[in-house]
Amino acid sequence: MSWNKQQMAERAAKEIEPGSIVNLGIGLPTLVADYLPDDAGVWFHSENGLLGMGPFPFEGDEDPQLINAGKQTVTVVPGGSTFDSATSFSMIRGGHVDLAILGAMQVAMNGDLANWWIPGGKMMGIGGAMDLASGAERILVLTTHTTKEGDPKLLGACDFPLTAKGCVDRVITELAVLDVTGDGFRCVERAPGVTEGEVRQKTGAPVTF
Amino acid sequence: MSGRHRDKVRPTVADALEPMFDGARVMVGGFGLCGNAEALIAGVVERGVKDLHLISNNAGNLGKGLAQWLRAGIIGKVTCTYLGNNQDLHDAREGGVVDIEVVPQGTFVERIRAAGAGIPAFYTPTGVGTVVAEGKETRDFGGRTYLLEEALHADFALIRCRAADPFGNARFWRTARNFSPLMATAAKTTILEADGLVELGAIDPDDVHLPGIFVHRVVEVTDHEDPFEYRTVREQRA
Repeated sequence: MSWNKQQMAERAAKEIEPGSIVNLGIGLPTLVADYLPDDAGVWFHSENGLLGMGPFPFEGDEDPQLINAGKQTVTVVPGGSTFDSATSFSMIRGGHVDLAILGAMQVAMNGDLANWWIPGGKMMGIGGAMDLASGAERILVLTTHTTKEGDPKLLGACDFPLTAKGCVDRVITELAVLDVTGDGFRCVERAPGVTEGEVRQKTGAPVTF
Repeated sequence: MSGRHRDKVRPTVADALEPMFDGARVMVGGFGLCGNAEALIAGVVERGVKDLHLISNNAGNLGKGLAQWLRAGIIGKVTCTYLGNNQDLHDAREGGVVDIEVVPQGTFVERIRAAGAGIPAFYTPTGVGTVVAEGKETRDFGGRTYLLEEALHADFALIRCRAADPFGNARFWRTARNFSPLMATAAKTTILEADGLVELGAIDPDDVHLPGIFVHRVVEVTDHEDPFEYRTVREQRA
């Protein structure tokens, strides 16, 4: 047994403190918002210039000029604000965003993150990834434990071009919750039925339990 | 004698774009297709200028927006932050037709802000220890390493707003604001496409997002396509 995507998002939601500012990366991290209690008092930041991002609009309410950083139509909650990109990245770079939940291609045991380009593949660009990785107060990575080919994503060192050095605090995969220790990963929780051996076998760096 | 802040309102898009020239560095506002100066973008193709250095977050998508410039072959260089699924930009990059500089988004906008604010360069933590840092000066402050990034200037900024007055005071709508007010400060000539032109004083001074000092030409364009890139909705409440 391991966690499915919804269970991973639900587990990630537990990392969010009430009354905090959170930026959710494109893809799997966007699911996390669905698992917060209504009274959490969490403000979602989107780097294209929105604080207080709400859920997708009801059909008919879509506004092409109200989008998230993934260019999806969204809504703004009461108390939300819109602003220019310089202000938005001041929020990020200035350490005002409490938590960023990001996807990953590789994470190293020293906290290095690679999540923007696999050399030889299509170069999608950097976007806000480097600013978020180096600027947010805490970085939580939400990713599959291995690639589609079964190669480990949690490694001794990243081969792919880095997004930022030493930025990752914690990783949540379908198998486990792991903290970066510098000389390995410390497993702080395992999905139901997942053994220590399986986590060890699928991780490309030492794991302690 | 006439100051450059007289008679900014232009009757047509072609008139507004009249000063553009070959080889110009052109900033274009918008986050993907959101908040694009659609008429000015189309007008530049008709204007017939070429070898442009485009400075914009995405250079269009889905064949729309600035992808029209790529298809028309009028761009020599692009400074952007994200290519994403913009196939026209991938094709231009892989074909060696266009030279592409990819910049972290926060650095991109801060370089633009610095240019407009008279600051030649600044130190940022973003990109340290990555390919972005290659060839750049670093310096430590308080035990952390920072990267020196230089201001990004332009000859023209083409931006879109919801409402503008004849002086060029502008208000934007929701997330259509993005890079536009910063780009306006960094360009020698800023051309503003306003959804609606209002009288002086109609925008309360406290509600001006972009003061008219940064705007040089204004054209009113009431019709826009405003395409969706990803139209996402939730289920209607029962």
